Amino acid sequence: MSIKLIKQALKGNGVLPRMWNSHPVKKHYDVVIIGGGAHGLATAYYLAKVHGITDVAILEKGYIGSGGSGRNTAIIRSNYLTPEGVRFYDESVKLYEEMADVLDFNVMFSQRGHLTLAHTDGAVRTMRRRAEVNKIEGVDSRLIWPEEIEGLCPGIDISDHPRYPIQAALYHPPGGIIRHDAVVWGYAHQADVRDVHIHQKTEVTGISVESGRVTGVDTTRGHISTGTVLNATAGWGSTIADMAGVKLALTTFPLQACVTEPLKPFLNVVIVSGSLHVYVSQSDRGELVMGASVDPYTSYSMDSSLSFLEGIAGHMLELFPFLAKVRVLRQWGGLCDMTPDYSPIMGFTPVEGFLVDVGWGTYGFKASPICGKTMAELIATGETPELISAFRHSRFEEFDLVGEKGAASVGH
Amino acid sequence: MLILNCPNCGKRSVGEFRFGGEYNPRPKAPETVEDEAWSEYLYMRKNASGFQKEWWFHNSGCGVWFLAERDTKTQEVFKTCLWNSEPVGEPDIAK
Repeated sequence: MSIKLIKQALKGNGVLPRMWNSHPVKKHYDVVIIGGGAHGLATAYYLAKVHGITDVAILEKGYIGSGGSGRNTAIIRSNYLTPEGVRFYDESVKLYEEMADVLDFNVMFSQRGHLTLAHTDGAVRTMRRRAEVNKIEGVDSRLIWPEEIEGLCPGIDISDHPRYPIQAALYHPPGGIIRHDAVVWGYAHQADVRDVHIHQKTEVTGISVESGRVTGVDTTRGHISTGTVLNATAGWGSTIADMAGVKLALTTFPLQACVTEPLKPFLNVVIVSGSLHVYVSQSDRGELVMGASVDPYTSYSMDSSLSFLEGIAGHMLELFPFLAKVRVLRQWGGLCDMTPDYSPIMGFTPVEGFLVDVGWGTYGFKASPICGKTMAELIATGETPELISAFRHSRFEEFDLVGEKGAASVGH
Repeated sequence: MLILNCPNCGKRSVGEFRFGGEYNPRPKAPETVEDEAWSEYLYMRKNASGFQKEWWFHNSGCGVWFLAERDTKTQEVFKTCLWNSEPVGEPDIAK
């Protein structure tokens, strides 16, 4: 990357080449991916790179990365609770670690350490269990006590004054944050150079199904015939699936986040508190990036609310009382498709050729690379990879749920 | 902020209520229902973007469970009513 930058600086015309191109919409594609977020773009990238399938279209109704990929708080970790979850997310962390080299784009992955605070005896017990599951799966994760927490995060209130005093934390050194836009752009660029067509401002309006098999999609830019459609949307998972006549176990909740004005660096770990429903990290610009739990009722509105801001401010001040005078710069919302067991739905559906990578709730961004890799393998081979077989759509009718309670920002 | 009209207490802010999910009637005779239909009842949801009939609980008020018809995109509440044992008809508000 740096050599490329120096070359560009010496050339000095100030114009960087386009990272991806626009194309006319073709009448047919072998694979159509609905949703131009990190999941869809990563799937296209792996299809082209690993499996040589390049006749692929990505249909995005806004601009790429305008949904969940650009609205999350960019936290990456793998210290989940179920062995299936831990294995899956750990593969994702490994792919993130090599991403800057592989995509030849600086994604600014900062593995600064991730602390999940426990404020009750029950939470300490859960953290201990998570640490043990993590260790068995080879993930660096352990329980630490208030003195060590304060050492990693000076300024945090470890006294017994708050309503929910900090009792312990699950410490996960490989966890961290990343620049989420760069991940989207990196995948888009690498897919584009492999002849994948990225169609922005192209909304899907219908899916044609004939005798239980997908035959094409209708878009605002015309009909596309195809035998394989991947629903890689978030917030529109049910709406798109409904077009193909597939019912999903999803409910859509908004999740809000905010950033403060820039401060001098003081926080070089990611802090998460399940009991207080808050997670926070400090960006390279010095802003505190904060998120909370999903809103209390289902909605497709991405509006911000004062009740969210009041809630998160109160919780932040329990952890960091000295932030009382800090101002919030901006606030936004995104949509989370929640499943009953806090695990995604990936793979085949009852409609042949209609595949899903949905139900990514509050944990989708951190899974992008491994989702792309496994969904590409599934599309190319027609077989479900072992790593994602637990997340199959049919698990609900088989009463074989996964129960991932290590998921963030949901009330347990 | 969302304002809901509790059938007992009148208009109150959403903070007084707990959301109970979309209206999803339980099969009449659960013991005779096939597994597939039962899992559909338990897990599958319309999750409509737009008109939705749904349950609310007035937990900081009178403690009644009631039904509301709401647009999940615009947050407009069309009507609220108490549940009764008669089957509740299809949405009477155009989509």
